[in-house]
Amino acid sequence: MSQALERVDFDLIASWVQPGERVLDLGCGDGSLLKRLIEERGAKGYGVELEGAEVLAAIANGINVIQGNLEQGLAGFDDGTFNHVVLSRTLQTVRHTERILGEMLRVGREAVVSFPNFAYWQNRLAVMGGRMPVSEDLPYEWFNTPNLRFFTLLDFEALCARMGLVIRERQVLDEAGRLVLEEPNFLGSLAVYRLGH
Amino acid sequence: MTKAGVGIVAAQRAHFSQPLALKGGSVLPAFDLVYETYGALNAAKSNAILVCHALSGNHHVAGCTADNLANIGWWDNIVGPGRPLDTDRFFVVGVNNLGGCHGSTGPASPNPATDKPWGADFPVVTVEDWVAAQARLADHLGIDAWAAVMGGSLGGMQALQWTLSFPDRIRHALVIAAAPKLSAENIAFNDVARQAILTDPDFHGGHFYEHGVRPLRGLRLARMLGHITYLSDDQMAEKFGRRLRAGAGSYGFDVEFEIESYLRYQGDKFAGVFDANTYLRMTKALDYFDPARDFDDDLVRALARARAKFLIIAFTTDWRFSPARSREIVHALVHNGQAVAYAEIDSAFGHDSFLMDEPHYHAVVDTYLQRIKL
Repeated sequence: MSQALERVDFDLIASWVQPGERVLDLGCGDGSLLKRLIEERGAKGYGVELEGAEVLAAIANGINVIQGNLEQGLAGFDDGTFNHVVLSRTLQTVRHTERILGEMLRVGREAVVSFPNFAYWQNRLAVMGGRMPVSEDLPYEWFNTPNLRFFTLLDFEALCARMGLVIRERQVLDEAGRLVLEEPNFLGSLAVYRLGH
Repeated sequence: MTKAGVGIVAAQRAHFSQPLALKGGSVLPAFDLVYETYGALNAAKSNAILVCHALSGNHHVAGCTADNLANIGWWDNIVGPGRPLDTDRFFVVGVNNLGGCHGSTGPASPNPATDKPWGADFPVVTVEDWVAAQARLADHLGIDAWAAVMGGSLGGMQALQWTLSFPDRIRHALVIAAAPKLSAENIAFNDVARQAILTDPDFHGGHFYEHGVRPLRGLRLARMLGHITYLSDDQMAEKFGRRLRAGAGSYGFDVEFEIESYLRYQGDKFAGVFDANTYLRMTKALDYFDPARDFDDDLVRALARARAKFLIIAFTTDWRFSPARSREIVHALVHNGQAVAYAEIDSAFGHDSFLMDEPHYHAVVDTYLQRIKL
């Protein structure tokens, strides 16, 4: 994914975090987002990461990283420990979708979720042309993608309604990282939500 | 075996003449600690790392001794120039704990009240007592605060206890293959080991020194049992399987399977060098360790006073101190908003993994220590 787009994604999340707040980043990788939230926003950050190499990179970045598998939930983290729980570009790779969303809002007061929009017009075009989409936000071939779930903004919002989750804010970006204000389910490539109870 | 990174080392001895009040209620009038150091203490005395030993360890952590170049320290693979505990940067200290049998004051030392070996009268010492004694050693070395205290298993418990006993004297705690307290199963294993020693006719109620014998059978059994719990089932299957020794198949009770041979060898080796009274006390220290006990079993509150930053490491095949036990520590620290990193290392070697030269594991320790500011 492009650096420009990643920054816009992180810009949004950073703007939602207040100094001193506690943030849990699920699938934190090398801890880039947390490092930024700590350095720029004065947040207290923790990350969960499964891959050993990423855990090592996060330790090199001085991040409070906890090695663990999101599919096993967030057992051990106490209720309401965090102000924000972030799941950035990872929900589509998680098998137990409802459980992880529920867990995020158990341990945190707010869930911040970003994911690629399968209904982005270029993705639709690719499928119309008979091929699975490959794009900035879906950068894999069908045979090597880590993504398990393919869903759209409308699908996600329907799930939120079913689970009784409140959408506090939604920002949608196109492939160039620009904010999309109209027809987001058609023109948006990446969606970022703030959810609460 | 790797070549000893720090070369030839020599143990030193420090005598402490101030009495030490022990958690169990008794007072040691004076004591000695034997220790080794590697690397140089910097001018600011800010680069010291204490390495705490586990059940059967001692102060000889790294290097080899002049009288026996093959006598390489028990954690040599992690200490030395260019190794994770880089002696070009850090001043590393290994110490034999109180109650030990490698030179520090212990059950075989003379009891000043009787001039005979302490034997059974040597008090039961706890992890808290060890840490208090280690703090005396830090004073002796002029170290106000350790850059880090590190240990595996029972050694990890000491690193954790340092953060609670002396929050201002430890900046980082590396707690490896440890647990916030033993499970009932763990205590059960320890007690079977103790019973093996206590019921050995040569134990003489702990006063065997004056009878000129040692409870070798009990100590041997204790070690064999312990050794089983330090390995993983997979590793045992791979290393020994059901292989028979050559010429076996006698339908008797001599050594037939390779695993039997291995355990008996380990038992004999250990019984030849270790003190039974020390073994009893080390296992009791393990059993008693429970920092949450004074806080209504609430580990979160128990750890709240720690000010150190933590690196917690567990190993996937360690069933004696499983990753779930390490995660209890991690989650209590997270709850308190304390600084912690946790790595769960894939390793086939069970509890003993913490002693292995596994590249990813050592990279985690190395990377963490490199970030420590001196």
